[in-house]
Amino acid sequence: MKLGVLELRDISKSFPGHQAVDRVTFEIPRGEFFSLLGPSGCGKTTTLRLVAGFDSPTSGEIFLNGASIQDRKPYERNVSTVFQNYALFPHLTVQQNVEFGLRRSTPPPDLADRVRGVLELVQLTRKESRYPGELSGGEKQRVALARSLVVQPDVLLLDEPLSALDPNLRKHVRAELKSLQRRVGITFLFVTHDQEEALSLSDRIAVMNGGRIEQVGTPQELYLKPRSRFVASFLGQVNWIDGFGVRPEAIRISKSNPDGVSCRPATITRSSFLGNRIHVESRFPDGAPVVAEVSRLEENFREGESVHLWWRAADELRFGD
Amino acid sequence: MKRLRSVFLAPSWAVMLCLMIVPLGIVLLYSLLTRGAYGGAGLPWSLESYRRLADPLYLAVLARSFWIAGVTTVLCVMLGFPLALFISRSGPRKNLYLSLVILPFWTSFLIRIYAWMFLLRDTGLINTVLARLHLIREPLPLLYNDGAVILGLVYAYLPFMVLPLYATLERLDPILLDAAADLGARPWEAMLRVTLPLARAGFIAGSVLVFIPCIGAYLTPDLLGGGKTVLIGNLIQNQFTTARDWPFGAAASLVLMALVMALLMFLIRRRGEALL
Repeated sequence: MKLGVLELRDISKSFPGHQAVDRVTFEIPRGEFFSLLGPSGCGKTTTLRLVAGFDSPTSGEIFLNGASIQDRKPYERNVSTVFQNYALFPHLTVQQNVEFGLRRSTPPPDLADRVRGVLELVQLTRKESRYPGELSGGEKQRVALARSLVVQPDVLLLDEPLSALDPNLRKHVRAELKSLQRRVGITFLFVTHDQEEALSLSDRIAVMNGGRIEQVGTPQELYLKPRSRFVASFLGQVNWIDGFGVRPEAIRISKSNPDGVSCRPATITRSSFLGNRIHVESRFPDGAPVVAEVSRLEENFREGESVHLWWRAADELRFGD
Repeated sequence: MKRLRSVFLAPSWAVMLCLMIVPLGIVLLYSLLTRGAYGGAGLPWSLESYRRLADPLYLAVLARSFWIAGVTTVLCVMLGFPLALFISRSGPRKNLYLSLVILPFWTSFLIRIYAWMFLLRDTGLINTVLARLHLIREPLPLLYNDGAVILGLVYAYLPFMVLPLYATLERLDPILLDAAADLGARPWEAMLRVTLPLARAGFIAGSVLVFIPCIGAYLTPDLLGGGKTVLIGNLIQNQFTTARDWPFGAAASLVLMALVMALLMFLIRRRGEALL
């Protein structure tokens, strides 16, 4: 186990009449891409603000490189934030925005090199003298990244940085972000409500709900072995059958009763062709709906057709609750 | 569409023409006439009034006016910025504080200036209290000097600085200050590098709104300066009243206007977007 660069121990934050963050504990090893995933209001952004120092926790401790930092001001913590709406300084050019964190009382001697390097990294050379108002959403996002990366933070905090981009651009920027993080090797703490984003980007994810962490794990662990109904249904779709869950892609459909497996009869209510797969909706005799995703190589199903559904026992998601 | 536009614009044009362009033309005409023996003005045409303005005496009055208006503007900036910043960060009390800034306008300006005279004169409230407390023997010379004039002007025009500054500071997204702190800027650095530059439009608008009326002020210097502090506004007023030299007053008005216009044009050229 590598030494954690950032550690939160029993962090709570309450506002009047509202417990925003409730005993949150996690540790991020250096260089990891770690995501906080959850619905809006689950406390993920508040957690990020506590790490940045914009708010102080009601109780608990935060460690950066082993040193307790929760009493330090934001300007005394070596973390930097990419804000949801980027928060670029509108009166400064791209170049000046990126230099902002370096222009201290004693600017580093290699300031110009560092600024040029980071602008190359995010592919923004030749736009140095533009103002934020003259940039596209994707460009603004890259300026925000460059501005935060150039100060070489121990942890880069990203608050839903892709949510302000249009959906086509978002997928493209997602891939860029991942490769950027690999190249610079900086620890990322990424906040998102988008499960696909979290699954595709993260080394590990903490799923949050109601101010608490429900589960921490790799994307595979969370998807295949969710520890609660909330985690199971927040990451992907689930059919709830007799108290356990089955993912749509784990369900198999056949017209005849297959040998050697226990299966359940159902009636097809709708079948949609999605190109690479087929989305099949059906109902059990008691009326409960079941959704399945099957390969397009399988048989075609028509509405009203009687079929048999089956799945492997290992694909059943079972919870203590 | 175009016709409709001219229909709606016509009243404004009529007002501009009757109340601005025609009177200005009349002033221009008077400035080119010769002073009559018993006041008034008559032929022949002459540039004599403009020539007289170049007299060092009058140039000194003009320079003093710019100086006093400049000092007033700087003081308004120094007092107005902290106040505007405070109001913009006062949350739900903003509106209360803003109405307090505007409150003095509910009383006649003349009455408020007389109130200052009652405070500042030798037997006024300040001197009386200080004398009763045995802090002074002789009354302090608070009234009828440049200090009193500047005090009166700052008092009168401070709201014109506070309101535009407040408007720009109010629009400043507080997340930008979070971002500055996040990048290592201490509060005073964030003030210098983020808040002040982003309030520039407010500084310029406020300075224009304070400087221009101050340069033409005549009531405040007359009452609080006791006639000793002659500013260009008083000079012009005198020409039309006691001195009865209308051509000279008209010429002085036009030159003052031209100077102020030139200053404004210069500002618009350099910082156009901030003013408009």
